[in-house]
Amino acid sequence: MVNKGIKRLYTFLIFLFLYAPIIVLIVFSFNDSKSRGVWAGFTFKWYIELFKDAGILKALYYTLLVAVLSAIISTVIGTFAAIGISNMPSLSKKIVLNLNYLPVLNPDIVTAVSLMALFRFLRIEFGFATMLLSHITFSIPYVILSVLPKLKQMNKHLAEAAMDLGATPFYALRKVVIPEIMPGIITGGLIAFTLSVDDFVISFFNTGKGVSNLSIEIFSMTRRGINPVINALSTLMFLSLMVLLLIINKRTEKSEIERGEIL
Amino acid sequence: MKMKKSAYPYILWMGIFIVVPLLLILYFAFTSGDSQNFSSFQFSLDNFRRFFTPIYLKVLGRSVNLAFISTVICLLLGYPVAYIICKEKLRKRNIMILMFVIPMWMNFLLRTYAWLTLLGRNGLINYLMSKLGFGTLNLIYNDKAVLLGMVYNFLPFMVLPIYSVLVKIDKSLIEAAEDLGANKAEVFLKVVLPLSLPGIMTGITMVFIPAVSTFIISSLLGGNKYNLIGNLIEQQFRWTGDWHFGSSMSIILMVFILITMAVTSKFDKEKEGGGGGLW
Amino acid sequence: MKRLKSIILILVVMIMVGTLAGCGGNKPSINVYNWGDYIDESVLKDFEKEYGIKVNYSMFATNEDLYVKLKQGGESFDVIFPSDYMIERMIREGMLVKLDKDNIPNLENIDKDFFNLDFDPSNEYSVPYMWGTVGIIYNKTMVDDVVDSWDILWNEKYKDQIIMLNSQRDTIAVALLKLGYSMNTRNVDELEQAKKELIKQRPLVWAYQGDEVKDTMVGGEAALAVVWSGDAVAMIRDNPDLEYVIPREGTNLWFDSMVIPSTAKNKEGAEKFIDFLCRPDIAARNTDYIGYSTPIPEAIEMLPDEIKNSKVAYPTKEEMGDTEIFRDPMDIIQVYDKIWTEIMSEQ
Repeated sequence: MVNKGIKRLYTFLIFLFLYAPIIVLIVFSFNDSKSRGVWAGFTFKWYIELFKDAGILKALYYTLLVAVLSAIISTVIGTFAAIGISNMPSLSKKIVLNLNYLPVLNPDIVTAVSLMALFRFLRIEFGFATMLLSHITFSIPYVILSVLPKLKQMNKHLAEAAMDLGATPFYALRKVVIPEIMPGIITGGLIAFTLSVDDFVISFFNTGKGVSNLSIEIFSMTRRGINPVINALSTLMFLSLMVLLLIINKRTEKSEIERGEIL
Repeated sequence: MKMKKSAYPYILWMGIFIVVPLLLILYFAFTSGDSQNFSSFQFSLDNFRRFFTPIYLKVLGRSVNLAFISTVICLLLGYPVAYIICKEKLRKRNIMILMFVIPMWMNFLLRTYAWLTLLGRNGLINYLMSKLGFGTLNLIYNDKAVLLGMVYNFLPFMVLPIYSVLVKIDKSLIEAAEDLGANKAEVFLKVVLPLSLPGIMTGITMVFIPAVSTFIISSLLGGNKYNLIGNLIEQQFRWTGDWHFGSSMSIILMVFILITMAVTSKFDKEKEGGGGGLW
Repeated sequence: MKRLKSIILILVVMIMVGTLAGCGGNKPSINVYNWGDYIDESVLKDFEKEYGIKVNYSMFATNEDLYVKLKQGGESFDVIFPSDYMIERMIREGMLVKLDKDNIPNLENIDKDFFNLDFDPSNEYSVPYMWGTVGIIYNKTMVDDVVDSWDILWNEKYKDQIIMLNSQRDTIAVALLKLGYSMNTRNVDELEQAKKELIKQRPLVWAYQGDEVKDTMVGGEAALAVVWSGDAVAMIRDNPDLEYVIPREGTNLWFDSMVIPSTAKNKEGAEKFIDFLCRPDIAARNTDYIGYSTPIPEAIEMLPDEIKNSKVAYPTKEEMGDTEIFRDPMDIIQVYDKIWTEIMSEQ
């Protein structure tokens, strides 16, 4: 059918669009030159240098740690908050929602500086904790933004019905509400993780004690030029994600036979 | 129901981490003095007066315009993708969504730099064009490049919310409509589209707002020729050191966005207090 | 429930690990804050071995970011690497401590011409680390005129072939120099004229770039650009069609120097570190990696011939011509900002 062909082509083009820059990054990680303007020959040297570069590896560690933690914590807090908010009376709901979206409305730099001022005011020492707290702060609104539409979509009476049948509110929550809104929770978590991995400004101004993330390392190279070691690192990260994807694919294949929705 | 209590921890969190910083920004916006020295602050409306002059308003207008166009493009490109993906079988769906998100985990600055290599005069695209016999295109350091960059960056934020809503639409509703004699177009327009509205509103929110305050894309892909409000604000905080002016611009931007969201909410039929958008 | 509990437990452990990982041990240490990719990391390892002092190394992107981080005081640094005008500002605001020159014997190795400059008149606070000039890099195959003046950047022939720096000060400075004024002028009239020049130039400029200019020129995408000498060296190596020239009207001579903030906790360690970096062999290794110019003649001797004799990296005083070093702009920075916004708002 023509229809199917068009759909396939369209999807392919979109994915090509998304992945084109990544392919460029991967190719240039093998370039025997620091410049992206010229191809000077094939080399593995950036990969070798990568493993000697303690600073970047440490930054990678912190990037992943903060991203995973902030994603999980903000997803938990955000989901419970969304559930609570959707049950609030209209006026307080509006106020809470509008306040909630402030970190979304604000340019990064404003959130960064205001949080920095806050931490100074509270005399909290900058370091891992402050970085994590700021990441959680800007992630939760996005989780709420993702979960609320699902809550709205869900039949409100499902939870009530469960409780009428004898379930405790918490049981109803766990077994009825959460599975219904799971796509929203997952989406929220993914967005939180994504935002955290890529954040520069907020992290830069709210960290200390040598705790750095990849974005800070990369952005601080913008005066001198990005060291291709970063390209090598990105390529390796990308490949690991692809491998992870394949593994998930295989595992889902198995469970698919047993249950309905897993992820 | 006691459910609303589950929001209380977050409300406390918000109080500390959102409200207090907001008050600080307001304080900065309505005062002037040495930004690094709290004791030198004096009340002043100068920062706002300074902004409401043609030059700065033009910048705001340009930013809003660009953000609006990129949001529309993201919607037009993203909705079909979300729709196509949600029609696939479960396993393929999840893989495709993950594949959509994975590029976002590669550093944004690096990917934007990569676009320079693709779009440059002697870049990859023009190289292919010339091999195929076409002339070279002017793809970079203009507003089209900036738009492309914005759409590239924000497309997943439009696709994900729409997808998560589409995927949970009760299939029986669609079947019912078909049984009643609706054709594919009618089913889409009268059943699917209205039901996916909460997702669309979320998507628009998640694209328009960051698009209005973005600056890296316009800086790198636009050759820094298109100063947007995001650039201006960032400049104040990270170069000029005038946090007062920067804060006032942020407040103005915030108010502007809130008004825009309030206006668009009038178009959302589901008026019962908020499906996730801002109003 | 069990699963939830174990998830929470893992989370708590992870957070603790993360927070503790930031804490150092009992070994003496120094906190060093430098530009991105601006040191040969093996040099740090050698320092740690020789002196038994751990180096906690972090990076910043701009002088202004550095200033804010320092002013906010949330973190203490022992050695930082600001540029000339920022050092002047920090001295004025009392943010730096005077160096105990007895603890830095290797100061001797530095070219005397780089001492007692305007931003640190008696050289009490800073030790030069890297230096360079600003000039025009052009592609020989794309430019047939003689390039010796800033006004070639206003030549209509090169429309859409010109790249200017996306830095307010550096670009306004180019216009001021073209008009024959001082880069550091506080005369509003002169600044207005510079603004008009830049507005006139705007239609000819293809882009205002940061470090991407290197890729652009190496890739042969534009004919002329304003760049720093250190970058020019690397660019010419990657594309021999490129040439670097210091215009006759004069240019900016810049320095990145090492200073010790007043909030430093280990001044002794800091001075040892600064001294270490001034050792000719260490400086030579460092310069070789970074690619910018070192102020230590003995180190220059150790470099490969093509760099040693490079007019781009190590021009003589005559070849440099009239140079000026950036001064702290103070309140004029607001005027710069307004000018820049006006230039950029032109459609």
